Amino acid sequence: MSTQFVVHNRCRLALHTLRAGRGRALLLLHGLGERSPAAPPAFAGNWRGPVMALDFTGHGRSTMPVGGGYTAEILLADADAALARLGEATVVGRGLGAYVGLLLAGARAENVHGTILADGPGLSGGPSFPTSQPVFSLASVGSAPDPYALVELGRDLRPPDYAATFTRMAVQRSALDQPITVVARFRPAWLRAVAEEPGVAEADTITGALGGYDS
Amino acid sequence: MLPTSPSLSDIPGVRAPDREYRIDADGVALGIHEWGDADAPPLMLAHGGFDFARTFDTFAPLLADAGWRVVSWDHRGHGDSDHAHLYSWDADLRDAAAVFDHVAGRRAVPAIGHSKGGALLIQLADAQPFRFSSVVNIDGIPSKRPIPDIAEHERTKMLVGELTGWLDHRSRTAGSQRKPGTIEELAERRGRMNPRLSPEWLRYLVTVGATETEDGWRWKLDPSMRFGGFGPWRPEWALMRLAGFGVPFYGMLVEIEEEMGWGTVPDDVRPFIPEGGRLEILPGVGHFAHIEQPAEMAGRVLEFLGDPA
Repeated sequence: MSTQFVVHNRCRLALHTLRAGRGRALLLLHGLGERSPAAPPAFAGNWRGPVMALDFTGHGRSTMPVGGGYTAEILLADADAALARLGEATVVGRGLGAYVGLLLAGARAENVHGTILADGPGLSGGPSFPTSQPVFSLASVGSAPDPYALVELGRDLRPPDYAATFTRMAVQRSALDQPITVVARFRPAWLRAVAEEPGVAEADTITGALGGYDS
Repeated sequence: MLPTSPSLSDIPGVRAPDREYRIDADGVALGIHEWGDADAPPLMLAHGGFDFARTFDTFAPLLADAGWRVVSWDHRGHGDSDHAHLYSWDADLRDAAAVFDHVAGRRAVPAIGHSKGGALLIQLADAQPFRFSSVVNIDGIPSKRPIPDIAEHERTKMLVGELTGWLDHRSRTAGSQRKPGTIEELAERRGRMNPRLSPEWLRYLVTVGATETEDGWRWKLDPSMRFGGFGPWRPEWALMRLAGFGVPFYGMLVEIEEEMGWGTVPDDVRPFIPEGGRLEILPGVGHFAHIEQPAEMAGRVLEFLGDPA
């Protein structure tokens, strides 16, 4: 495994090459509180291009910010920085990474050749409506993952219509008929809204879903 | 002839804070600015987005002279506060709570918020009502944004434009700096956000909101900040919190809509004013009412607050 760094504002983000290859990259986005795997997952066994994985801000070997302030949109910009380095990619997101992968699919439909939304930590996020208690303060622990990332990204608001908007952005602008495939078995409200949109496929396994994007 | 730097004496009623210092909020240093007797009862004052505490240099002294210890703070990334790694609404709320803790502990105090500062205080007062004895809101009550009557695919195209614009901006911010210029140039740029404020005032703001470097003045505001961030936040959510206020509330909306305002529709807000609360529409004044008419605005606020106690 080798690691390069991409810069997003004041954060350096670790972008790992889990396996080198030629052609379109597979970009893995980890779940909340996780980090990139050290080796290519089994589902990437047949992938011909490079297998890459990004550590989000406050995770793995990426910068630990001071004083929190995480949003899923900031992580979208993290993923966008990695995508800019790769040119184009097929994305597999676990949990929180699935939600960020959806946002990326909508924002950069021309550069994302298929996004697979899989189960993993942080899939549900917070409620779809603001809660009564947004104010808290956490002690720094000095190592990843950042406690603020765990709490703030574990409770960020994910209204179903917001997720559906990103789905439509992806479907309307992608060259693929079905640019998003849902493999997650757990379906929080935002993901149910995504799965109901036209142009969204469902598959039983990530391996099976990848077969549809490996061209 | 080049214009000389404006000084305090050029602007009627302007007064620098009596005390300025920084506090630590979870590793982010926040600039605090206080006017008035340090032993007087505290009155908190929250600025709007892309503003900073020193924009209260004419308004705050009038409140201080009425017997209040007026305390304002620069939001993270603004004024004399640190440029943070990350910015979010919740982080701003947490920072505000840290300032309240520093100034008043867990005691209830009155608070005034303008624009974004007003909306922040609405949420903080809902989440932590024990901190507030009363709340004044100056043109900082967001209501539902009018949605243009256009086809779905056109709306998607508009959203994509906003979103990619924001992401493209994020991709350029590493190591970026605010554009340098003369006091006149910075004042002119700010004038686009503050079209109703006088050139003298805008030049004055440069001297307190920007720093002079070798190649000119630069606004202190973090260059990574940009209008139109993207997220699931809905302006109308603030209204639902407002309805449940248990402390006296005085809201003001301005008659003249301008660039930095929210275009709030008074009829959208009225049903959510808490029992006993006030909502007034200020005639003939824009979003920065407290800068346009500091004496009138201070008079309204002081009448509402009553004697400091």
